[in-house]
Amino acid sequence: MSHDPGPLIPRNRAIHPVAYDVDYKTSVTRSPNLPLLSMESTPSEETGPVFGHDLLGPLDNNLILNWTKGAAPAVGERILMHGRVLDELGRPVPETLVEIWQANAGGRYRHVKDSYFAPLDPNFGGCGRTITDAEGHYQFLTIRPGAYPWPNRANDWRPMHIHVSVFGRSFGQRLITQMYFQGDPLIPLCPIARTIKDRASLDRLVAPLDMAHARPLDFLAYRFDIVLRGRRQTMFENKLEGM
Amino acid sequence: MVQKLDILPESASQTGGPYVHIGLIPTFAGLEGVYAQDLGKRAIEEGAQGEVITITGSVFDGTGWALRDALIESWQPDAAGRFPGQTGADPKVNGFCRFAADGESGEFTLRTVKPGRVPMRGGGWQAPHISLWIAARGINTGLHTRIYFADEDNSADPLLARVEQRPRVQTLIAQPQGAGRYRFDIRLQGAGETVFLDM
Ligand SMILES: [Fe+3]
Repeated sequence: MSHDPGPLIPRNRAIHPVAYDVDYKTSVTRSPNLPLLSMESTPSEETGPVFGHDLLGPLDNNLILNWTKGAAPAVGERILMHGRVLDELGRPVPETLVEIWQANAGGRYRHVKDSYFAPLDPNFGGCGRTITDAEGHYQFLTIRPGAYPWPNRANDWRPMHIHVSVFGRSFGQRLITQMYFQGDPLIPLCPIARTIKDRASLDRLVAPLDMAHARPLDFLAYRFDIVLRGRRQTMFENKLEGM
Repeated sequence: MVQKLDILPESASQTGGPYVHIGLIPTFAGLEGVYAQDLGKRAIEEGAQGEVITITGSVFDGTGWALRDALIESWQPDAAGRFPGQTGADPKVNGFCRFAADGESGEFTLRTVKPGRVPMRGGGWQAPHISLWIAARGINTGLHTRIYFADEDNSADPLLARVEQRPRVQTLIAQPQGAGRYRFDIRLQGAGETVFLDM
């Protein structure tokens, strides 16, 4: 057992959103009523898919240009979204796939179901992906997405946000989250953001403006670090004799 | 005061929302050509060893309505129980697959090989199973569950043994529908609610 990286650290469900929230109406019929079955992770959760850099095209992490393959830039406020993927023990998660998707600068998604008044941007698709480097760093060049209204309660608006999907090294680390922007007054009003009941936990999804990484006369930067579940090191056998 | 504990809290989950396909299966959402190919299109390549099977099902909400917007990922070992990357693993088994409920019918299909059993840490075996992860609008934290098979010996599986209400075990078991075909429905809530996992 000396090389066993150990089971996944159990999820602290208190920092995650509640499954059932009357203010987020769709969750009412899509949330399990019964408790989850809790058990120590097994190889099925501790292993996971690994993707190589050969997967990526040169513009995959550039949402300003990837839809037109570099022919014309998307409309909007140009931003660098960057940060690190770490685990709970503070170790970088290298070589892991990060995928993002977002609305355009007017708050409209390129999707058949999105009929918001804001026009589509012919130069903006709305998805990107990259793989973290050896120290867990990732970056995307994109435009700041617009806030948008959505059918929930009579007048609900999503704050500006970018959807983020991360794999880690284990299927049990799989995470989808959202990055919000510092200073957005819609965050505390949003029923989806508010499914997270732990205030500090929601604050950790709000990316600060990062002027040190802004490029003068080109783009602003926002820093967004992502923390995945860690694995407990096993220095002792898991089961005591006789148990 | 005590010493500082250097543990970073995990980032909180948020729903994938109604447009999760834009990010994860862009071609399905109509975003053709942004990537050379959608990720995880196939669980297996031609020539994978073992029994090729097709699993069909739907994800139902608490009213019995099949979700049209569910996105599912699967992860499994090869027919001998080896995960991709492990020594001797079948190179034709990708292990990972990403698929969506059909926008009209709500039905999903997974074509793969029947996985082998997997050893537990500290001894014992898990019966053959496929791990699933479900994301959709209204699901605030992605839901993990497993597909077991009615025509395998599930009697010694440690996870199934932990299901207290024994009839609920059936929610984790795919039913044969003829040669190489299985049915596996997922019920998010209410009668017959699927056992979801916290592992
Ligand atoms: Fe959104």
